[in-house]
Amino acid sequence: MSNQSEPLWEVFIRSKQGLDHKHVGSLHAADAKMAIENARDVYTRRMEGVSIWVVESKYIHATNPDETESLFDPANDKVYRHPTFYDLPDELKYM
Amino acid sequence: MDEAKELERFDDKIEQEIRIEPKDWMPDDYRKMLIRQISQHAHSEIVGMLPEANWITRAPSLRRKATLLAKVQDEAGHGLYLYCAAETLNISREEMVDQLLSGRAKYSSIFNYPTLSWADIGAIGWLVDGAAIMNQVPLCRASYGPYARAMVRICKEESFHQRQGYEILLTLCRGSEEQKAMAQDALNRWWWPSLMMFGPNDDASSHTAQSMKWKIKRFSNDELRQKFVDVCKEQADILGITIPDPDLKWNEESGHYDFGKINWDEFWNVIKGNGPCNKERLQARIESHEEGAWVREAALAYAEKKKKSELVGSPSN
Ligand SMILES: [Fe+2]
Ligand SMILES: [Fe+2]
Repeated sequence: MSNQSEPLWEVFIRSKQGLDHKHVGSLHAADAKMAIENARDVYTRRMEGVSIWVVESKYIHATNPDETESLFDPANDKVYRHPTFYDLPDELKYM
Repeated sequence: MDEAKELERFDDKIEQEIRIEPKDWMPDDYRKMLIRQISQHAHSEIVGMLPEANWITRAPSLRRKATLLAKVQDEAGHGLYLYCAAETLNISREEMVDQLLSGRAKYSSIFNYPTLSWADIGAIGWLVDGAAIMNQVPLCRASYGPYARAMVRICKEESFHQRQGYEILLTLCRGSEEQKAMAQDALNRWWWPSLMMFGPNDDASSHTAQSMKWKIKRFSNDELRQKFVDVCKEQADILGITIPDPDLKWNEESGHYDFGKINWDEFWNVIKGNGPCNKERLQARIESHEEGAWVREAALAYAEKKKKSELVGSPSN
């Protein structure tokens, strides 16, 4: 048995023209070409996609869940970033 | 942060239906329970291809062959989604495959029964995939994100599996007397093992309480089994065949069908490795793994070689 293992790849699929590629899952493959071929077989058996991206998982950098609060909470008290913050008369149209 | 505080935050998320994701802190036993459940589930999808694959080359028409092939291919996909979900919990694919091939891991006992006639393919789709759907739909809300997402994808694909099986039986039941007898015989053999798919009775199921507390499972084994019996009775009536249980009857008071006692000795015996096909199934997996070794090695060697030649490159481009 070989103890060398195939690297892990993250798979992103564009479900139709005009939409973003979205993460759908991961798989193992020896190289990028095989990763794409496997992704076609594993994740698009029912026309789920028109385009596939694969990225070797080790190249993905992510935020640390322990820092979630310090990273994302500052946006919490800045309600003035939303249009509903502003008090305008009801008669005002098209705005 | 200290462990007690982490645990409190974890319990809070579970309580509020906030999904747990791979890098989040989680109790060791939660991780272990998930690894066990998800990997067993993955193994079941993979081993589950074997009894049906037995009939692909002998399907009675091109239509049946194409659909059976597509179904079996889906099951391979289900196994892969689930292995990937388990890997996010820090267990490698090799380790899981090794657990299966060495006989240490369990898979659903139903796949240790033989497929003796074409009608069995119908019964498997109707009952085995039907029971799987009953189990899996609530798992789409499991507290662990990657597992829940894999289950959503799987459930979308399962409904065709059950319908193609039922259609096979319906065709047989509307055919000749012999064909109808084949369908009845398949139901006779697959009914009880299908009920066992939901696992031991609640009072004998060691993991259920904790699993429900962590919101991995949402319903107990007996609740799901009862739901399954209720829907199957009416589906069997439409086929015009009889569920092999003299105690099956409508209970006005409970609003459910009562049913007979399950032979748990048989269940535990099959789990322990003594079912009609345990050895054959495991042997098939071992052979296919060993015979595929050279392909995996060649693919890796090729990838390595290409990487090197790309590094050297050619000066003209
Ligand atoms: Fe499946
Ligand atoms: Fe299925």
